Amino acid sequence: MAAAPAGTYEKTLSNGMRVIVKEDRRAPTVVHMVWYRVGAMDEVDGTSGVAHVLEHMMFKGTRNHKSGQFNELVAAAGGRDNAFTSLDYTAYYQQVPANRLDQMMALEADRMVNLIVDPKEFSKEIKVVMEERRMRTDDKPQALVHEALMATAFQAHPYRRPIIGWMSDLENMTAADARDWYRNWYAPNNAYVIVIGDVDKDEVFRLAEKNYGKIPRRALPPRKPLGEPEQAGIKRLTVKAPAKLPYLAMAWKVPELRNASKDRDPFALEVLAGVLDGHDAARFAKTLVRGSKIAVSAGAGYDGTVRGEALFFLDGTPAEGRTVAELEQALRAEIERVAKEGVSPEELARVKTQIIAGQVYKRDSMFAQAMEVGGIEAAGLNWQDLDTVIEKLRSVTAEEVQEVARKYFKDDALTVAVLDPQPLPEKTEKKTAATGLRH
Amino acid sequence: MMKRLLIGMICLAAASLAQAQVKIEHWTTPAGARVHFVETRVLPIIDVQIDFAAGSAYDPADKPGLASLTRSLLDAGAGDLDEEKISGRLVDTGARLGGSADDDRASLTLRTLSSKPEREAAVELVRTLLQQPNFPAAVLDREKKRLIAGIKEADTRPASIGSKRFMAAIYPGHPYGYHATVESVGRIERDDLVRFHSAYYTARRASVSIVGDLSRAEAEALAIRLTDGLPEGGEAEPIPEVVLPQREKLRIPHHATQSHIFVGLPAMRRGDPDFFPLLVGNYILGGGGFVSRLTKEVREKRGFAYSVYSHFQPYRRLGPFEIGLQTKREQAEEALKVVDTTLAAFLEKGPTEDELKRAKENLINGFALRIDSNKKILDHVAMIGFYGLPLDYLDRYPKEVAKVTSAQIRDAFSRRIRPENLVTVIVAGS
Repeated sequence: MAAAPAGTYEKTLSNGMRVIVKEDRRAPTVVHMVWYRVGAMDEVDGTSGVAHVLEHMMFKGTRNHKSGQFNELVAAAGGRDNAFTSLDYTAYYQQVPANRLDQMMALEADRMVNLIVDPKEFSKEIKVVMEERRMRTDDKPQALVHEALMATAFQAHPYRRPIIGWMSDLENMTAADARDWYRNWYAPNNAYVIVIGDVDKDEVFRLAEKNYGKIPRRALPPRKPLGEPEQAGIKRLTVKAPAKLPYLAMAWKVPELRNASKDRDPFALEVLAGVLDGHDAARFAKTLVRGSKIAVSAGAGYDGTVRGEALFFLDGTPAEGRTVAELEQALRAEIERVAKEGVSPEELARVKTQIIAGQVYKRDSMFAQAMEVGGIEAAGLNWQDLDTVIEKLRSVTAEEVQEVARKYFKDDALTVAVLDPQPLPEKTEKKTAATGLRH
Repeated sequence: MMKRLLIGMICLAAASLAQAQVKIEHWTTPAGARVHFVETRVLPIIDVQIDFAAGSAYDPADKPGLASLTRSLLDAGAGDLDEEKISGRLVDTGARLGGSADDDRASLTLRTLSSKPEREAAVELVRTLLQQPNFPAAVLDREKKRLIAGIKEADTRPASIGSKRFMAAIYPGHPYGYHATVESVGRIERDDLVRFHSAYYTARRASVSIVGDLSRAEAEALAIRLTDGLPEGGEAEPIPEVVLPQREKLRIPHHATQSHIFVGLPAMRRGDPDFFPLLVGNYILGGGGFVSRLTKEVREKRGFAYSVYSHFQPYRRLGPFEIGLQTKREQAEEALKVVDTTLAAFLEKGPTEDELKRAKENLINGFALRIDSNKKILDHVAMIGFYGLPLDYLDRYPKEVAKVTSAQIRDAFSRRIRPENLVTVIVAGS
C-alpha cells in the first residue's frame, strides 16, 4: 500500500533547502507550501506566541512589496493563501492555478529574506492576535482546559506554553521580538518546499532553483535538548468557567515516533486510539455513549508524529446526572479492559480497514496530501517514511495493543483536567428601534 | 480488500487527467427521483449524496428539531439491523456516512471505495437506512438527551446565542428563523419521526448526486437501488415566502471578553437573477478573505478583529446575508461603526473599477480550484440537482462573472440590502 507512491520526488538545493514534489494531474491546480522548522516550542518565556505573531507579520510587507500586497497578488492569480503555526513548525501555503507556481515561489522567496517588521504595522497586528486569543481560547471553556492541561502536564518542556501565547506576553511583545525571531530562524536551510499538483517535477526543481536557490544559507541558533523530567505522580487541576456542562480531559505521557523502521509502540498506541475511538463502532461510542450512556461524548487521541513529547489523550462530557468522576472511572475502565482482555481480531481488522480506506480517500485532496508530507517532515522524519508508517500500522498485533495499554497508562504519568462549570449571570435583552443611523 | 486497493493505487500514479470542466449527466428514476452524475475514474472512490426536501423549514412550528432528529436517527435502527449492526457493517466496508439537515435539505452522504464488494455492501446499507428506518424509542430517548445537553451548552456560548437570535430576528414568524430548544426537542415523540420520514423522504422530493469511479449504467442501477423502495409522494410543497424584518438593534448581555456582532437580513435565493452581481460584489465587500473592504477596514487598518466577513447563503427562499465579527467588548460600538460605514459606502457607491477587475481575476482565474476534487464536485452537483439549476451552471460560472458590471452590483445591493430591513445583533456588547 503506497501512501507516498511513485510520483513523489525530492531535491536539495545547494543552500540546504529541500524541495518535495508530487505530481497529481487530476485538475489544473497546484498547492505550494513552505514549511519552516520552527514553532512555538522554540520560544522562550516572556515571548510566548512570537512564532505565531511573526507568521502574521509575514503578510505585512517586504523591501519589494508593501503590506497586504502578498495577499492581493495571490488573489489576482485566482488563489487562496494562508499560514499556520504549530508547536513544531510554521507553514505558509497558496492554492493556485498550476501556471502561477513560479510567481508564488517568487513571493515566498522574497519574504524569506526581505521581510520588514514595521513597528506601525506590528502595533495593529498584535491587536489582531490578541483578538484571536480571545476568540480561540479566552471565551472557550474547553480550550482553557486544554491550555491548562498542557501547562500542567509539562513543567520544563516548552509544550507547556500555548501556541497563541499568554496574553501578558502578547501585551508586552515588541516589533523587535518578531524581527529577532525572523532573523534567527527564517533561512533556506531551515525550510522545505512542498509542491503537489498538475506539475512536472523537473520544471518544479528548475523554478525552485531559480527562486529559492539564490538565498544564502545562514547559521541557525543551537537547539538545546529539551528534556521533561520524569513525572512522578498524578497531577490534577480544575478550571472554573461559565458553562453548562462539565468536561474532562486526561493525558498520559507516552513515546513519540522517532524511527519509523524500528519503533513499535507508537504504532500500537495509534491502533489503541482507533480501537477506542477510531470509528462509529469503536468502543467509546458503543460502550460509553450508546451502552451505559454515561457520556454525551467521549474521545481518544494520540499523535506520535511530533518533534517534542507525545501525549495520549482521553476526553469527554458526562451525561446529565453523571459526574466527571464517574466518567473518569469509565474511561480508565476501558483502558484496563484492553490491558486485561486485549482486543478482538475483528476490532483490529476494523481499525486497519479505516486506515487503508482513509489513505485512499486522502488522495482526493491535494492539500491533505501536502499536510501529511509536511507534518511527518516537521517531526524530524522523512516523507519516505509515510510508506513505512502504513506498513507498520498494518502489522500491529492484538498482543502489542494489549501490551501498550498495560505499559503506559500509569497514574504517575497522568494529568487530569476538569472544567467546573459556573452559572452564567442572568441578564435580559435590550431592543432599540435603531433610529438615526443611516446607510 | 487490500489487494484490490493496491491495484487501484498503481493505476492512479500513471493517470494524467487535468480537467477544468465537469460534465454532468441527468435523468429521473422510474419512481421520480432526480439523479445527477459525474463520471471520474482517476480515484477508486464513489461519492453519493441524497438530498430530500425535508430540512428544518418543514419542522412543525411547535417542534423545531424534528427534521434534524429524523435525519440523524436514520442509522439508529433499520430493517432488521440495530444500531450496533449498522455501525459495524459500515465500518467493515471502509465507507463513511455523513450529512445533516439544513433549512431546506436533509442530506445523507456516502463515500465508499469503488471496488464491487465494498461498494455493494455500502449501498445496500444506505438503502436500508433510507427506506426502512425504525426509529427505536430507546435510541430516540438517548439522542434527545444528548441533543438537549448540546443545546444547553450552546446557549451559554456567545457565538451560538448570537447566531440563533440573529436568524430568529431576520425571519420573524418564518421557519428559517426557528431553532431547536430544550422544550421543542422535549415534545418530539417517536410517532413524529415516523410521520416526518414517511411524508418527506419520498422519491419525488429526492435528489441523488453521484460522483466517481463508475459507469453511467452502474450509476443508474445505484440510483434505483437507493430510491426504488421509497414512496413516490408528491412535489415538495412550497416553503412560505419570506417577509423582510423591520430595522432593529438587539443587545444581549453576556460575560464574554469579546462581543459577537451580526448584521444582515434575508437577501438571496438559489437561482436568483441577481446571483452573479451579488457574488462578485460580496467578494469585494467581505467575501474575499484578506483583500475584502471589511477585512481592510476592520482588521488591517484598525486591528479590531481576527475574523470579519460578509456572506450570502442562498436557500430555496431568500437566504441570509450576514456580516459577522468578534471584537474586544470595550470597542464593540466603534467596530460596529466601521462596519456600518463600510457597508453604507458600498451600498451608496458600489465597487471601484479596480476592485471589480481584481474580484473577477480571482473568481475567474481561481475557478479550477472550486472543482479540483471529487468532494468539491459533489457539493456543486448536489446543489445544482436539489435546486434544479441549469446543468451548465459550472461552465457558465466564469463567463457570468466576467459579464458583471459595477452598475449591476450597485443596483443589486441597493435592492437587496435595504437599510430599513437591516437587523443588528450584539452579544456581550460594551
